[in-house]
Amino acid sequence: MAAAIEVQGLVKRYAEVVAVAGVDFDVPAGTVFAFLGPNGAGKTTTVEILEGLRRRTEGSVAVLGLDPWTEGEKLHRRIGVIPQEFGFFDKITPKEAVEYYRTLFGSAVDPAELLARVELLDKADARFDTLSGGQKQKLGLALSLTNDPEVCFLDEPTTGLDPHARRAIWSVIRSLRGDGRTVFLTTHYLDEAQQLADRVAIIHGGRIIASGTPGEIIRANGRPARLRVAAPPELAGFLRKELGIEARFEDGHVEVDLGDKRDALRVLSAIERSGITWDSFTTQDDTLEDVFVRMVGRMDDGALKSEVPP
Amino acid sequence: MKPARIGADLRVVVRSYTRNPVALFFSLIFPIILIGLFGLIFSTIGSTSTTLIVLNEDHDSPYSQEFLSALDNTTLVSVQPVNVTPSDFGTWLGQNGYSAGMIIPDGFEANATNNSTTNLTLFVNPEDATAEGEVVSAVQGVAASFNLEAKCGHATDCAPVIALAPLHNVGRPIYTYIDYLIPGLIGFSILTSPMFSLVEISSSYRKQGIFRQLSLTPLTRGEWLTARVVWYILLTFVAALIVIGTGVYAFGAHVTLTLGMVPFLVVGPFFFVSLGMLCGTVSKTPEAAALIGNIVTFPMMFLSGTFFQVSSFPPDLAAVAHAMPLYYVIDGMNQVMLFQNPGRALSDLLIVLAASIVVFALAVRLFQWREER
Ligand SMILES: Nc1ncnc2c1ncn2[C@@H]1O[C@H](COP(=O)(O)OP(=O)(O)O)[C@@H](O)[C@H]1O
Ligand SMILES: [Mg+2]
Repeated sequence: MAAAIEVQGLVKRYAEVVAVAGVDFDVPAGTVFAFLGPNGAGKTTTVEILEGLRRRTEGSVAVLGLDPWTEGEKLHRRIGVIPQEFGFFDKITPKEAVEYYRTLFGSAVDPAELLARVELLDKADARFDTLSGGQKQKLGLALSLTNDPEVCFLDEPTTGLDPHARRAIWSVIRSLRGDGRTVFLTTHYLDEAQQLADRVAIIHGGRIIASGTPGEIIRANGRPARLRVAAPPELAGFLRKELGIEARFEDGHVEVDLGDKRDALRVLSAIERSGITWDSFTTQDDTLEDVFVRMVGRMDDGALKSEVPP
Repeated sequence: MKPARIGADLRVVVRSYTRNPVALFFSLIFPIILIGLFGLIFSTIGSTSTTLIVLNEDHDSPYSQEFLSALDNTTLVSVQPVNVTPSDFGTWLGQNGYSAGMIIPDGFEANATNNSTTNLTLFVNPEDATAEGEVVSAVQGVAASFNLEAKCGHATDCAPVIALAPLHNVGRPIYTYIDYLIPGLIGFSILTSPMFSLVEISSSYRKQGIFRQLSLTPLTRGEWLTARVVWYILLTFVAALIVIGTGVYAFGAHVTLTLGMVPFLVVGPFFFVSLGMLCGTVSKTPEAAALIGNIVTFPMMFLSGTFFQVSSFPPDLAAVAHAMPLYYVIDGMNQVMLFQNPGRALSDLLIVLAASIVVFALAVRLFQWREER
């Protein structure tokens, strides 16, 4: 499938700060791509360069085949944008705002239908300064859709929202993909990336440190599956001696890495043989969160800087 | 420029404005309060003594000098001799804004010596009854005492040496403080409404990301600014009607309502919307914007002929006033509403128009939706 967004060697320097230090990625049309990273990673800088709001220092960027900085006017008719903090005229209602955008873009969208789609119809006539954070964000979403965009950019769309509003916005994002639109999403919530994105890139310190589908990232960067048993520390010593494996004791649990599913049976029968009382056990896979926390932590320690191919 | 987009943006401006009571108060109610306040203060101060302009055709004879100083001593009038020889003294008085004048004819002293009568011609403004009363009673009183003195040395039945000819009116209704205050306050509102609001929104919209938001739509900066200009022109017309209405009905002001006002009510807001935008654009923070806005606005608010006539300023201050664009807006309106002097109004208008085009172009150029960062 053709790429809706193509980025090569993108660098952005502010006076002293290097906010983006050379990133490459493609987003195939019709997919959801999440840029996942902690605060200050360079997400907003990247997404605003793609939207044509900031000028890049180096590299090449094409959105729908257009250069966002020099061909912004053409591009803006075909993309929808929700900035990190969506601000609008205080005294204007959502219905008026959609009508305003409709005239500006010369589009034929029905305001009531659009507001219903983002679950804001009940607040259609409330002034912007009386809306909650989630409702404001929903209006941003509605406005970004007035021009029926091919690509939607959402910069941390659910940051600071309550779970109900988050879920409402998630369902709209899923429906955007259903319409065949391309979605570029930034977030620092792992579950959000995992729930919504076809592909994720983890950005940290202006670099992409891992990318691919969530499963690919976990497989490439995650630790092996683990068996955790609620048991006293003696069990760890017993397993080390008995099976010659690495067993750790951590806050009331003994933890063993599993190379293979069958290892679990060996470990469990060894536990049974030990005669040590144990309580319950679970097996654990790394989540994207575990990978993220470990990778970001590792980068911060200044250790290994691995770039994992998608 | 697409009218539909300007129209859509204008609807947003009107709604934002009419839903904001503070903005409406400052644009529409505040000028009424000001006209009331200044009208009351200055109408009482103004009535202490009337200036009597004297054309002495008796070549400053000692007798006429004596008569004039006696007149001045009454404190009812303050005598101000002039050295002009206008063909029509009454018209001249009116054009120069004086409400009372007197001609002492040639042969005043000679007649008094010969014991024959001289008729003094008085010019008064019938609309200014207080001034008229003061002038007539002062002249009559002083003339009577001079007549009495003249009779003392002569026969008791002789004719008075000084008499009053029938009263003449000054050429046109004269202008009182309140008349000047009307163009001044319209100018005040042309200045303050757009300046304060555009300085504020140009920085706060940037901070709230509204400009960034708009940059992602087809709306252009020129269209955005035009919608604001149109709105402030409309607001200026309403404010002008309110100020004129209050002035005429509450304070008996007389101004001419003419189409000649219209260009000033259009170009004035055009200039100050652009200037407000420029001030907001060149400053990085809302605080700096407010400061720059105030530095630009406040001197103009007082020194451009809003509350005080520039013609009454000392020369240095007048020179400062002449450097202020608002002076030309207000002076132009004075020329069309009071003095019927279209030539000078036109030159005022051209100055404001030229300044507006420069400032508008600069504002559109420097004002960026997106920051080049
Ligand atoms: N306008 C700017 N001027 C200078 N530095 C900036 C600017 N915007 C962002 N930065 C810096 O660039 C880095 C990346 O910021 P940003 O892209 O906003 O990160 P994120 O959106 O991931 O939190 C941060 O160190 C931030 O301080
Ligand atoms: Mg950000």
